Amino acid sequence: MYNLVEHGIYSENEQKEDPEKYEEFMARIEAGEKIEADDWMPDEYRQTLIKLISMHGISEIMGALPEKEWVPKAPTLKRKLGIMAKVQDEMGHGQLLLRVAEDLMAPYGKDRGDLMRDLLEGKLKFHNVFHMPTKTWADAGVIGWLVDGAAIISQTNMLDASYGPYQRALQRICAEEVFHAQHGEAIVMALAEGTKEQRAMLQDAVNRWWSALLMFFGPASASTTGSSKQEVTTKYRIRKSSNEELRQAFLDKYLPRVFALGLTVPDETAHYDEDKQKWIYKQPDWTEFKKIISNNGPRSKERLRLREIAYENNSWVREALAPTAAMS
Amino acid sequence: MNLVETPAEAQKNQSYYNALVELLYQFADDDFIVSFRGSEWLGLAPHIEEDVAFSSITQNTMGHAFLFYQLLEDLGEGSADSLAHDRSASERRNAVYFEKVNGKGTYVEEPYYDWALTVVRQFLYETFKKVKLQAASRSSYEPLAHTAQKILMEQPYHLAHWKMWITQLHGATEEARMRIHSRLEEAWREILDALELGPLAEEMERQKLIKKEKDLQEEWQQSVEETLGFLPNIPLGKNLGNGRAKQHTKDLEQALATLTEVYVSDREAVW
Ligand SMILES: [Fe+2]
Ligand SMILES: [Fe+2]
Repeated sequence: MYNLVEHGIYSENEQKEDPEKYEEFMARIEAGEKIEADDWMPDEYRQTLIKLISMHGISEIMGALPEKEWVPKAPTLKRKLGIMAKVQDEMGHGQLLLRVAEDLMAPYGKDRGDLMRDLLEGKLKFHNVFHMPTKTWADAGVIGWLVDGAAIISQTNMLDASYGPYQRALQRICAEEVFHAQHGEAIVMALAEGTKEQRAMLQDAVNRWWSALLMFFGPASASTTGSSKQEVTTKYRIRKSSNEELRQAFLDKYLPRVFALGLTVPDETAHYDEDKQKWIYKQPDWTEFKKIISNNGPRSKERLRLREIAYENNSWVREALAPTAAMS
Repeated sequence: MNLVETPAEAQKNQSYYNALVELLYQFADDDFIVSFRGSEWLGLAPHIEEDVAFSSITQNTMGHAFLFYQLLEDLGEGSADSLAHDRSASERRNAVYFEKVNGKGTYVEEPYYDWALTVVRQFLYETFKKVKLQAASRSSYEPLAHTAQKILMEQPYHLAHWKMWITQLHGATEEARMRIHSRLEEAWREILDALELGPLAEEMERQKLIKKEKDLQEEWQQSVEETLGFLPNIPLGKNLGNGRAKQHTKDLEQALATLTEVYVSDREAVW
């Protein structure tokens, strides 16, 4: 999914924009119409989309890195092929989304190179879960099952987004995410039904991923971290449900399954409250969350370093591919 | 020579069987290690489009390894998974040039990988793979012929991809041209075992499992020259050793340690 969790610098243009055009625009999206790349749109809308979609896109790409660690290590040929297919899909999602973001950035004279630089300079964030280490093969299962499962829930929330190119990209992405969740679930099932060591490995992975999964949907309100953008994205009909509603949907879908496998979560208070009709759980450490997404998570530096090395190391290739490079 | 249609038939003739499994190990082990070196690149390619394309090729290549290991499994050599994950370096038949590391560092830490090495290696490999598969598609062992035909439905796209890269880089900046050249010369000194059929080469030919080694090599050279417009002006060598004779470097050990880490942690478990 990839919540918009951090403020960019939003310009104050909105008031200077033509109020008539603005009204017309709002009427269109409220009527359920889709906005296309060349249509007029308020600056705030464009900037919100750029932030949201570039963060989503770069998170797909950074998200391939933790799983990549397990691609060659996958324990059977079938698992090797399965995880290879998955990380390839994630790269494909990144590519698709960055193209959507690039079209939105074009009026500002910016392109993908700027996004990559923003990533390396820490101006463009990637999703909290992809800052985390992977320790065992069970992590590959838990990522596919629960992280992709969480992604399906938050992306489904935007399947009717008012911006057409994003909405269409999400349709395609969500269809593939379903396979990812199945791939993850198959790994998890094999471990759950396996040896004592395999079960212990799985439980340990669930324990380590638990708070990152709660954080996945972002804080319930802006007051928690002072930087939630959910109101803007709701106003512009990009998303429907709130962060907390999404988290509840996730817990609703997955906690019963986790318990049914005989697994636990590292929160003794976690339970469904029949009266309140919602899941009760211990809040994750939102200070830690802020730290993680500002690239101070356990593996933030190492993962960024991979992209940095790739960028430096391939500079001669970029030069060679530049339009001026061909020798006659 | 009659066609051999089933594993059971192949097993009846010991010298046929020996030559056949030797050839299949070469196909399987080459694809397995080439796919591994490719998968190390994920997320590190020159651009995202290439990451997507390269990982697709890498995945297909692992699929091909799987098909060849399955042919070996059908012949009674052991399960495909144990053949892939539970054979030491001294049992592998892949060419040594394919096991060579992508560069300094590891795929998770400080990977200073060289795109020129990869482009050259993938191009030379896929060119040879096509030649070898075409010959195998007329093999006396029908299950191999079918597998080769099946792989040839997608493999030419892989070759086309690397042809495009090598032509483009070679025709670009002076630096790119130099880098490609020096990797090509290096390849020439190291790739010869890849172009050979190993100790049972004559038996393979006699049993009509595949063409004569010399013919395969010639076809490969012609095809490489057609793309590049030249060939390195040095003799082909195998300076790193002879993988077909199960000689390997520590680079293969490094690769196998990663590839088999989880599998060997519990061979009996269902993963
Ligand atoms: Fe994805
Ligand atoms: Fe996914």
